[in-house]
Amino acid sequence: MTATAEKKSATPISTGSEWTFDLIDRYDREIGAVAEEFGLDTYANQIEIIRSDQMLDAYASIGMPIGYNHWSFGKHFVEAEQGYQRGHMGLAYEIVINSDPCIAYLMEENSMTMQALVIAHACYGHNSFFKGNYLFRSWTDASSIVDYLVFARQYIAHCEERYGVHEVEEILDSCHALMNYGVDRYKRPYPISAEEEQKLQREREEYIQRNLNDLWRTLPSHEKEEEATKDVFPSEPQENLLYFIEKNAPLLEPWQREIVRIVRKIGQYFYPQRQTQVMNEGWASFWHYTLLNELYDRGLVTDGFMMEFLSSHTSVLTQLPFNHPGYSGINPYALGFAIYSDLRRMCENPTAEDEEWFPDIAGGNWVEVLHTAMRDFKDESFVLQFLSPKVMRDLKLFSVIDDDSEDTFLVSAIHNDPGYREVRELLASQYNVGDKEPNIQVASVDLRGDRSMLLRHTQFERRPMGESTNEVLKHVYRLWKFPVKLESIWNGSVTENFKMPV
Amino acid sequence: MSYLIDRRENAKNKNMVNRRRFMERYKQHIKKAVEKAVDNRSITDMERGEDVPIPAGDVSEPVFHHGQGGRRTIVHPGNEEFMAGDRVQRPQGGQGGGGGSSDASDQGEGEDDFVFQLTSDEFMEVLFDDLELPNMTKRHLKGTHSFKYEHAGFSNDGVPAKLSVTRTMKASRMRHIALNARRKREREALQETLLAAQHSGDELTLRRIGKQLQDLEKQIRKVTFLDDTDLRYNLHVKKPIPTSQAVMFCLMDVSGSMDQAIKDMAKRFYLLLYLFLKKHYERTEIVFIRHHTIAKEVDEHEFFYSRETGGTVVSSALQLMDEIMHERYSPDEWNIYGAQASDGDNWNDDSPKCAKILRENILPDVQHFAYVEITKRSHQALWEEYAKLEEEFPELFAQQHIRGVGDIFSVFRQLFQKRLAA
Repeated sequence: MTATAEKKSATPISTGSEWTFDLIDRYDREIGAVAEEFGLDTYANQIEIIRSDQMLDAYASIGMPIGYNHWSFGKHFVEAEQGYQRGHMGLAYEIVINSDPCIAYLMEENSMTMQALVIAHACYGHNSFFKGNYLFRSWTDASSIVDYLVFARQYIAHCEERYGVHEVEEILDSCHALMNYGVDRYKRPYPISAEEEQKLQREREEYIQRNLNDLWRTLPSHEKEEEATKDVFPSEPQENLLYFIEKNAPLLEPWQREIVRIVRKIGQYFYPQRQTQVMNEGWASFWHYTLLNELYDRGLVTDGFMMEFLSSHTSVLTQLPFNHPGYSGINPYALGFAIYSDLRRMCENPTAEDEEWFPDIAGGNWVEVLHTAMRDFKDESFVLQFLSPKVMRDLKLFSVIDDDSEDTFLVSAIHNDPGYREVRELLASQYNVGDKEPNIQVASVDLRGDRSMLLRHTQFERRPMGESTNEVLKHVYRLWKFPVKLESIWNGSVTENFKMPV
Repeated sequence: MSYLIDRRENAKNKNMVNRRRFMERYKQHIKKAVEKAVDNRSITDMERGEDVPIPAGDVSEPVFHHGQGGRRTIVHPGNEEFMAGDRVQRPQGGQGGGGGSSDASDQGEGEDDFVFQLTSDEFMEVLFDDLELPNMTKRHLKGTHSFKYEHAGFSNDGVPAKLSVTRTMKASRMRHIALNARRKREREALQETLLAAQHSGDELTLRRIGKQLQDLEKQIRKVTFLDDTDLRYNLHVKKPIPTSQAVMFCLMDVSGSMDQAIKDMAKRFYLLLYLFLKKHYERTEIVFIRHHTIAKEVDEHEFFYSRETGGTVVSSALQLMDEIMHERYSPDEWNIYGAQASDGDNWNDDSPKCAKILRENILPDVQHFAYVEITKRSHQALWEEYAKLEEEFPELFAQQHIRGVGDIFSVFRQLFQKRLAA
């Protein structure tokens, strides 16, 4: 904040803390104008003012503006409601949805400053991220998601009417358990479109049912041919469990396949969000900070506004140290914000260290550098590429190895010259999906025998499966309806076996 | 480009369906918690909501995740004292500072019970779920307040307060269209000729048609905006609602043999009954009778809180019930119920008398009569007399035994369990 007296010639937009629709509109226009100057490319914004209880509703539906009915949303609702009523948890100031127009919910209780902060953060920060980042571009179709959710809601309500709430609930439970395994990580999916869905849904039902019968034909066909084609099905391991089940489960009804598909598609919609948390929150935080400071420099907001803004900005972006009782891991807001801010610093005030570590960035055009960093990366590659020694020093990062074959933890690297690269690599791998979730694929299906399905877990760093594995297998079994086995593999040999039914 | 929308007026409780489904799914847990709560609560706060704990395992939505073990590397912030190569003691329990930061379910706090709060309404609903007064039948329709007004279309006359604006405007619109149809057709035709005249530049025709058009416009405007014939009124008709009237007689023994603990249990039983009736049968009347050697009709407050005491003559209460019943609640018009609570202590020669009053005067006219004996000792003459009654009138008479506070709710449930129609 280096505002000088002559810069502050304009009159502030508002001086009080109460917001009005006119004021929100004014702020939105001013922030939008500044955002455009910085080259932020956004979807149109749809800003909705809601009450706190509506915010609780929005929480429960895990960020979907329209959701189908399911008990688990009720559970989330109860949880959020109780946390809120007992004061364990404050409500987020905002929720933003990756759609076109980009929907942002603003709470009625917010002060004018907070509304402006939220507009800068969500309507220009997150919004431009949704529109620009390659993962969002290739995995989600912002213009059709709302339509698709409407279709999903109607379809599921329709199934409940026809087949009973309980039946539908069971299928949904099982699908939810596998929701994270409904994505082809290395294939670009087709964007979803509600209209097409509806049109294709019928055809799909018939087609699948016909093909299945072929797959599961029990009549012996040409014996010789069978010898020749005695290879494994599927011919390659399948990582997309839900897709595999949708297409190949022998006994699912057509409507059940459609529900599997719906959950899979919604999982796919959320997939980029899980992979870009640091980048997305960091980007939005960087821009609300930059945009509002710009408004201040132009004299459009008051000192009081800035005090209130900075106080909540700091509280969101605080990174507690590891030995603090409230510590719960690295704060994605803080890390992302630190990296983006440091990129800007490197462009504007490069040091010798920056020249050495980031020769392409140091002294460059910061707006362009930041946009590249936002567009073409996900958390893992973003950290690997852009985490600078300065940020590591500022956050005092250090890496700890917890190996269950040793009695003590080993501090493997810290924020110093020999350690930078290792800390950076380790932190990046922490955002790798394979590190977060066990790598499980469909290995084979016994076509001629008991129709059992074999899942293979390839261990990462010798990590075993968690205690809920059997519970999840029950769900897989419910969908597959024939025995399901899971083998856990380390270094080419099976270390653990699971089976359902036991 | 931004659109600003005010959604504050939108319907709330978007998640009511989901919450319902959640409750439906964990009905067993909720029932258990409610029953436990009832047994533990003091009688003054029976109507409060309740916290329902559900074991975390039961509400979890399982997903595949990593278990403990293997090799993990975690990057932490805030290093003050460590150098590369330092060795650190593993924290106790393998959690805390070293726990997986990316996987919340690895951490200890995930194991807490999931607790959620029932509102007092939900509490009462679960409490009295599946219960009903037995043998309820529709009796004589009675009472001036059992009417309701129902919408029954529209009429051409009525009071101004019942004016239906939409219908009136519709009628007015219809009249306008009907009366002006011809004129509007003419106007259209004139306009066409006017256009033609403008083309050919025929001044005379232009002026003539202009005049005609003006006249026509005037006529069109003259049709009144609202006419008396347009007025429409909402029509309501009075409809009787069939109601079933019920009265519950609560008979409580407050004699000296009933010690404080037993009285407390009896009160709890009646309180449940009272809440149940208030919740499900809004129009049920309740008559409270307490007795020692003499019986007395009392109000609700005195029934639950008075401390009067004395000897025991059970028949006095039954006699009073018989009197009140035949005086005020004609069996032709009322569904009559009785509930009696006592420790079973009675004058020995009074017990047959009780059975006699019940058999001859009360049971023929009631829908159901329940007796609850609250005692830890063995049964006495009264129980045995009543046992005979139970055999004689299995449909009408039931008796149950309460030994401790824990029995109250289950006995209550047994007495008022919904029965399938025979």
